[in-house]
Amino acid sequence: MNQDPGRNLHYVSTKRRVREDKRFITGQGKFVQDVTLPQTKHAAVLPSPYPRARILSIDTTAAEALDGVHMVLTGEQLAVDCNPIRLGLKLPEVKWYPLAVEMTRYAGEWVAIVVAEDAYIAEDALELIEVDYEPLAAVVDPEQAFAETNILVHPGHGSNVLYHGHFLWGDVDGDFAAADDSLTFRARWGRSSTVPIETFGALAHWDEGTEILDIWASIQMPNFVELLASTLGYPLNNIRLHQDVDVGGSYGVKRGIKQSVLVAYLSRKLRVPVRLIEDRLVNMAGGDAHGPDRIFDTDVAFTNDGIIKSLQIRALDDAGAYPGRAPFQLAKPISAIVGPYTINSVKYEAISVATNKTGQVPVRGFGQAPTNYMIEAAVDAVARHLGLDRLEVRRRNLIPSDAFPYQIPSGSNYDSGDYHMVLQKALDLADYDELVQRRDKARTEGRLAGIGIATCLEPGGGNNIFEYLMDPTAEITTFMEACEVKVDPQGKITGMMGTTTSGQGHETLFATILGEELEFDPDEIRIVHADSLSALPTRSPVASRMAIMLGGAATGAAGKIKDRALAIAAFNLAIALEDLEYSGGTISDRNDPSRKLTWAEICFISYRAYHKLPPGMEPGFHAQFVFQVPGGGQLPDAQNRVQIYPCFSFQAHIPYVEIDPGTGRVSVLDYAIAHDCGTVINPDIVRGMVIGGLAHGIGAALYEKFTYDNEGQFLSATFADYLMPSVHEIPDVRDVEHCTPSPLTSHGQKGSGEGGYLGAPAAIASAVNDALHPLGLSISELPMRMSKIEALINNGSK
Amino acid sequence: MNKREMTLTINGKAYARAVEPRVSLLDFLRDDLGLSGTHVGCEHGVCGACSILFDSVPIRACLMLAVQADGHDITTVEGLCDEDGAPGVLQEAFQDAHGMQCGYCTPGMLISAQALLAQNDDPGLEEIKEAIGGNLCRCTGYVQIIESIQLAARRLREAGQ
Repeated sequence: MNQDPGRNLHYVSTKRRVREDKRFITGQGKFVQDVTLPQTKHAAVLPSPYPRARILSIDTTAAEALDGVHMVLTGEQLAVDCNPIRLGLKLPEVKWYPLAVEMTRYAGEWVAIVVAEDAYIAEDALELIEVDYEPLAAVVDPEQAFAETNILVHPGHGSNVLYHGHFLWGDVDGDFAAADDSLTFRARWGRSSTVPIETFGALAHWDEGTEILDIWASIQMPNFVELLASTLGYPLNNIRLHQDVDVGGSYGVKRGIKQSVLVAYLSRKLRVPVRLIEDRLVNMAGGDAHGPDRIFDTDVAFTNDGIIKSLQIRALDDAGAYPGRAPFQLAKPISAIVGPYTINSVKYEAISVATNKTGQVPVRGFGQAPTNYMIEAAVDAVARHLGLDRLEVRRRNLIPSDAFPYQIPSGSNYDSGDYHMVLQKALDLADYDELVQRRDKARTEGRLAGIGIATCLEPGGGNNIFEYLMDPTAEITTFMEACEVKVDPQGKITGMMGTTTSGQGHETLFATILGEELEFDPDEIRIVHADSLSALPTRSPVASRMAIMLGGAATGAAGKIKDRALAIAAFNLAIALEDLEYSGGTISDRNDPSRKLTWAEICFISYRAYHKLPPGMEPGFHAQFVFQVPGGGQLPDAQNRVQIYPCFSFQAHIPYVEIDPGTGRVSVLDYAIAHDCGTVINPDIVRGMVIGGLAHGIGAALYEKFTYDNEGQFLSATFADYLMPSVHEIPDVRDVEHCTPSPLTSHGQKGSGEGGYLGAPAAIASAVNDALHPLGLSISELPMRMSKIEALINNGSK
Repeated sequence: MNKREMTLTINGKAYARAVEPRVSLLDFLRDDLGLSGTHVGCEHGVCGACSILFDSVPIRACLMLAVQADGHDITTVEGLCDEDGAPGVLQEAFQDAHGMQCGYCTPGMLISAQALLAQNDDPGLEEIKEAIGGNLCRCTGYVQIIESIQLAARRLREAGQ
């Protein structure tokens, strides 16, 4: 549906203020914690101190007796009234309740919840709850969990393996046999996450009069209301999620289903609004917001020229105690399983195991960041093995620009791209030859210096078909997004979207595209977030999809608005449609511009003059559009090949690092990135997402980790332990754009919210390994914290 | 619980309130006074989302009890606007350079930057980094925040000439 690429754009791709920013700079953002209702009561939760324990008894008497306490709820009682939270995969014996029932499965799991007059009293009451635990041995290591038969996280399930699948695309055995050489390596992606500065929070109010549960939540999640309804046993139309809440960062993790079930349940019990705002410690330990934790064992077959022919990948992922949709993060990477390279065949074994750790949720890129780290590590390993230049090996393997649309072995057609050009732009921006000299000079001066080279593909647009790859009963072939556009009697335009926003600037995106299509100043267009009972279908802003999907829906709805205006003009002016021209809301005769109908006249006719409407046309002036994922709608073929995502953005990252050999501290001193997400809707937003994702990736590469000890005790509950990068850890990033428009989207746009995070960990790992190379050392485990590098350098242990 | 009487000035306005001694300054500002622009991030003094100016010095409102503010002068993000609620130079610069995404850390960033620019309208890069070094942002990677502060400094210098 790409429109005339040569047309003159007025608002799209133009630097314009981001409309959301105005409320944030004045302190007027409305986050869930800022929503107040009269009589609101406050909840606090009691975490389990044990990774795995049987709950023998819980005595809530003293807590309930405390002045100001309204209720203390335990899992035993809740499980009578609620269903388990529905998981992504069908695992009937993996029962996930908002509060632990009979046993706790990770340190920090919620055991009881108190509702009180204020949060201080609620926390006081927690200390009065007496829980008698019988501590049990926990399973912590994912490889042990895979093989374990005695310590089972969910005994009824019969093993700790939540998913174990085998995929084969192409003649892997033949390609390995024919290849000149092969190598094997292990890459380890550590347990980190997105860790928004706002924790999760929810406020619920059951109204007995309307029988509606109103809920405000810091949410970014497809199917949230459906999950809430199925857990509570409510009809879907009893729940109204208010989506005009600003979400203080998410990047995938703001799912909060158990939190929301709890406040909903308690509000109905107590007939008052109840809110739960996680504090930081509760959020880190028990918010169920950890990310992928993955071990790759990869075999690579290649020629002596460094042409990579085939991959055999085994990915073992630690989903923690309650998997939610976590296992699907092994399936999204199938959409770009060969990265940007012309690799002929792939064997992929994907395993998701349960351990006694906090549950995993979708994190920025939905599993693609670890996979991209592994793919880029493979390319570097091949180069090192053959003694070839890493850059040259990439150039020999990158898909050429004249090969698009390019089908990879697992079935994705990459829509468009110019990978060689984008890589060259990154090299030019980095001043690569100069950078090599700088590195070599540093080395002659005795410093450990390295240059990273990495590329990444960012699948965008979203689709749910990966679910079918793991569960053939899940025949879900749409992941639609919709909007409604209203023109009011004054001729003013309002766009209604159906989701929350969490920093991606969707309101700006939506207004920009409506302004572009209807030829009105976007600043005069109102954007609102419909609540879930009023909204059209949405799958939420996951999967780098809103520019593609909301952009597509907005373009479609604007087209309907224009078509309606044209039809009214054709009828009233008695001019054939093909002779009419739309310009800024006015419709005129191409041959005689004096014959026209103004926007005001069209609006008047729509709302007041039924006799001037074409026969059969409904009065009023609005349009709805539900946009299907471009190229979606298909089930996989017999070889499990399918188009999962429609659009593929591309980035090339060139960081420069130096390592202090005494402490192992890595300093990222320079960073050049070139990115291509097709047509940019708002340059400031895209640039912010690219650099922000990159910074997040530096965190995952060097610092951030949810650490557990060998017994399963959680050691990273504070920011001082988890280690998110501050401004001092992020270099002065230089960025450059490239644009190969997507042929599949309204304006040629692709996704841009994830790429920085998909490429940076691979790039930083490449740089660190380049720096360690003169010592004959390498590291293949993230995060590469200074303690680990120091030990590597000073013990020489690999 | 017994409450203590206290008086203080917030954003130029005098307040007299009775508050429980255990209430944090952060909760007092948000819950008692409705100044919800100051945000709750970690409540252990690391993230800086609750930064306010306390007698013109940036501090973390989560690490102080409300009663400790008795007799002091506080500025929150709401106080960076003029009397009519119009954004100041720094706030405008953050909007023009898109120095934010989700907006959650933004009030704290503005407070730290305001404290810097009040002392120095020509800060170098390292000075800017030092000023916001205690404010975590997960969205931006800080680059556009730094550019916003640089833009504000330039505008302040131009206005001062």
